[in-house]
Amino acid sequence: MIQFDNVSKRYSSGHEALNRLSFQVRRDEMVFLTGHSGAGKSTLLKLIMLMERPSAGQVLVNGQNLKKLGRRQIPYHRRRVGVVFQNHQLLFDRTVFDNVALPLLIAGYHPRDVGRRVRAALDKVGLLKREKQSPINLSGGEQQRVGIARAVVNKPLVLLADEPTGNLDPELSAEIMLLFKQFNQVGVTVLIATHDLALVARMPNRMMALRDGQLVPGHEQSGVALG
Amino acid sequence: MVNLCPVMSNPGWPLAKTVSQRTSRRESGAVQRKSRVSDRLGAWRSHHRLVASQSLQRLLTHPLASILTWMVIGIALALPASLFIALDNLQQLTGGWDSAARISVYLHDSVSESAGRRLGEKLLEKPEISDFSYISKAEALAEFSTLSGFGSVIDELPDNPLPAVVLLQPALGLGSAEALEVLVREVQQLPEVELAQMDVQWVQRLYRLMELGKRVTLALAALLGLGVLLVTGNTIRLAIESRREEIEVVKLVGGTDAYVRRPFIYTGVWYGFGGGIVAWFLLLGLVAWLDGAVAGLVGLYDSQFELHGLGVAGSALLLLAGVLLGLGGSWLAVSRHLGAIQPQ
Repeated sequence: MIQFDNVSKRYSSGHEALNRLSFQVRRDEMVFLTGHSGAGKSTLLKLIMLMERPSAGQVLVNGQNLKKLGRRQIPYHRRRVGVVFQNHQLLFDRTVFDNVALPLLIAGYHPRDVGRRVRAALDKVGLLKREKQSPINLSGGEQQRVGIARAVVNKPLVLLADEPTGNLDPELSAEIMLLFKQFNQVGVTVLIATHDLALVARMPNRMMALRDGQLVPGHEQSGVALG
Repeated sequence: MVNLCPVMSNPGWPLAKTVSQRTSRRESGAVQRKSRVSDRLGAWRSHHRLVASQSLQRLLTHPLASILTWMVIGIALALPASLFIALDNLQQLTGGWDSAARISVYLHDSVSESAGRRLGEKLLEKPEISDFSYISKAEALAEFSTLSGFGSVIDELPDNPLPAVVLLQPALGLGSAEALEVLVREVQQLPEVELAQMDVQWVQRLYRLMELGKRVTLALAALLGLGVLLVTGNTIRLAIESRREEIEVVKLVGGTDAYVRRPFIYTGVWYGFGGGIVAWFLLLGLVAWLDGAVAGLVGLYDSQFELHGLGVAGSALLLLAGVLLGLGGSWLAVSRHLGAIQPQ
């Protein structure tokens, strides 16, 4: 589902975030991506989201070579990829419902479908009763769940998460991870960047460790073969 | 002029409130539907409607800033429009003078009355001339003595000093002033003619002045139109700046450039439309205020003239100008600034 072939990313500042990185995440897989801050986790996710372009190599998502997507096609690519951020990226000037509905309105769903899908997504993250509130009145864990609902409301093929539990206590973090697992079980490919090794250790999923823009060899946890 | 409105009102992408209200009724028994082409078209249209109404609502939630912008645009539109109205009225006023435009052809004393009438007939064949009348020396003298009040003095004169006159009526009024001037010079060359002249040269001069006024008004309209463009552009630029975070999120979840652009474009259109309405009311007030003074002046001249405002077509044109300038200004801002905002 996600494939990196010899991908390098060098920023104009000269910093080399990724260095000839190759890996593959299979369809229906849920994979953790760990490493210190600055190891290249965020860059890797940004390349999948087409928020950045690689300096060399190529990235494939669902068989589509991202190099071949022009500027105008980026929005359509992003609609197939859900993304969850540490800082939630929610809009506080509108309700929880409106935040979650945003990707659907953007994708041009008919109004009769929007309400149903939004409520289904909110129900899944356990926030159906909060739909009329502003996200600012929610706790950190709840805000993160709104972010997750927004990421999955459009039924993406791939779900990316960048430090989704960064600000949460272990109990809430476990809840969030359980949510990701549930989405993975219904067929969404999930890639989670985190530095919370203790949390990852409790999960049976494959883990990739990044260091200085490269995968650390022999760090595969679940024994799923690469490539 | 450009930086008049630092307080910003925000455009916005549609909130789903209306959507959720509409859908909640049909929630039960909802069937899974793919968004088909017709659905998408419908959604696209309803999105336009939604963005249009919500960007207006956003402007109205910051009334002070919006009113300031509307006033600036309104004044900039009202200025050239009022000049157009003034010119239009002047044109209406002078339109009645066309019939007064005549060419007087004074004949030599040696030219007999029949020769004079023949000259008139000959000149009538020219397309520029629609009618002529012959005034003999005696008629001229009689007219002069009754109108001048010098009747008794004239009676004393040994012979009639006034020439016979052929009065020519131009076919097209003063609209063909240049052609008429050529004609006057031509007639002047005829052997029977002592002097040929246009009676209403001052009206012609007025026409020339009005032509000049039209050009000045056009230049002013162009400049102020540019001003409106820049004001709207700058206001929209600030709106974009204040919604940076929202733009990033929208782009992140797959908003196309057109989608991101839409609320700002509509906001610009509303600014222009509101400015047009302000201008319309300003002009209405101006005409009403001047009407009394004009009526008094016109009464002194015993004229039927009535000051008139923009009219339906003029009003529509004013609003259209506002809308187009708002659209242009926001397009300018959007194309310059939206591309630079990308999710980080």
